Amino acid sequence: MGRNGAHLVRMAALFAAGLVVFLAVRQRFVPHDFGTYGHYRAGALDDARAKPIKFAGQRTCVECHSDVAERRSASHHAKVSCEICHGALAVHASGDSPATPGRPDGRAPCLTCHQKNVSKPAWFPQIVAAEHADEGPCTACHQPHSPGVS
Amino acid sequence: MDESRRTFLAQAGQWILLTGAASVAWDAIVAGAPETAPNYDVTAHWWAILIDIDKCIGCGTCVRSCKTENDVPLEPEYFRTWVERYIVNVEDPDHPFVEAPNGGYDGFADVTVGPNAKTFFVPKMCNHCADSPCVQVCPVGATFVSPDGVVLIDKDRCLGCRYCIQACPYGTRFLDPRTHTADKCTLCYHRITKGLLPACVETCPTGARQIGDLKNPNDPIHEYLRTHTVQVLKPQMATGAKAYYHGLDGSVR
Repeated sequence: MGRNGAHLVRMAALFAAGLVVFLAVRQRFVPHDFGTYGHYRAGALDDARAKPIKFAGQRTCVECHSDVAERRSASHHAKVSCEICHGALAVHASGDSPATPGRPDGRAPCLTCHQKNVSKPAWFPQIVAAEHADEGPCTACHQPHSPGVS
Repeated sequence: MDESRRTFLAQAGQWILLTGAASVAWDAIVAGAPETAPNYDVTAHWWAILIDIDKCIGCGTCVRSCKTENDVPLEPEYFRTWVERYIVNVEDPDHPFVEAPNGGYDGFADVTVGPNAKTFFVPKMCNHCADSPCVQVCPVGATFVSPDGVVLIDKDRCLGCRYCIQACPYGTRFLDPRTHTADKCTLCYHRITKGLLPACVETCPTGARQIGDLKNPNDPIHEYLRTHTVQVLKPQMATGAKAYYHGLDGSVR
């Protein structure tokens, strides 16, 4: 080092101290799982997964209501899942709550899909509600779980 | 060269090397073990979306169920998915008339179109791009493409700077007025990781929306992509969009 080495030692010490401060600050502010998969916090994946579900899903409905599902499977509504008309029912399916499915009433639930609209694809069955069956209730002729007129 | 100078250079070199090595080692220490995800292997999936224009009836059930499932604010500015109606004059396809009243939440009223017009519905949502522009502009690593191909937001890190909202070519992001952080479709990450369908797919009455796992060789999406013509939105932007539209008209933007 020679007679001028002292200032080099001081500089090195300063550098080392700066490094320690940098690492300390980094550890304080960068989450420990940042960078595990990429330039983000890996725990964010678990955060996104943690949200509770609202729709139970078709498989869950059918576990108990297989009779309805079977009737429906032979109809035009075979691929229409329960919660489209009955609403989100994860709470009902979990059994923790007395929440029961809404029973769709009146023409509105049917017309959500089946009201005539020129923008709808032509293959889809549509009616002009005002001119259809004297505006009577749909269920007089159609059963939602097997909607064909027999 | 002077002996002490050589020694100094050698020592300085060692010091720099050691610092570098220590930094790398430190990174490994602070990173810790990867988060465990029971029953769901985050590296074993690569999610994509199929949207069939010829099946969409514009009922808006997807829009409603998305807002229900994900607690999206009900005001008409905030949507994780929405439905647009196109009315296209076939002689002027470059200037379609596009409307989405309340994002299609309440469905669409019937319209009268001219004899030279065609009209159809286009469901829109995050395309979960593999090379997302929104991810590239985030200054703090708050939004990212997950290992299973879903573009997500880390609400703990998001600053609410809105860069990503401007960067998304598809307009699928918004600022959540409650948290002042960016918000977007997560492809119902909390559902697909449990083996459930996203809410919009679950409640689509005609099957116009499907999801598929491109890493699963048995997923029907492979057969679909082989046997159908598909298109992504704005392919010229090279976003690596993974929302594949079947029956998409050239007028759709």
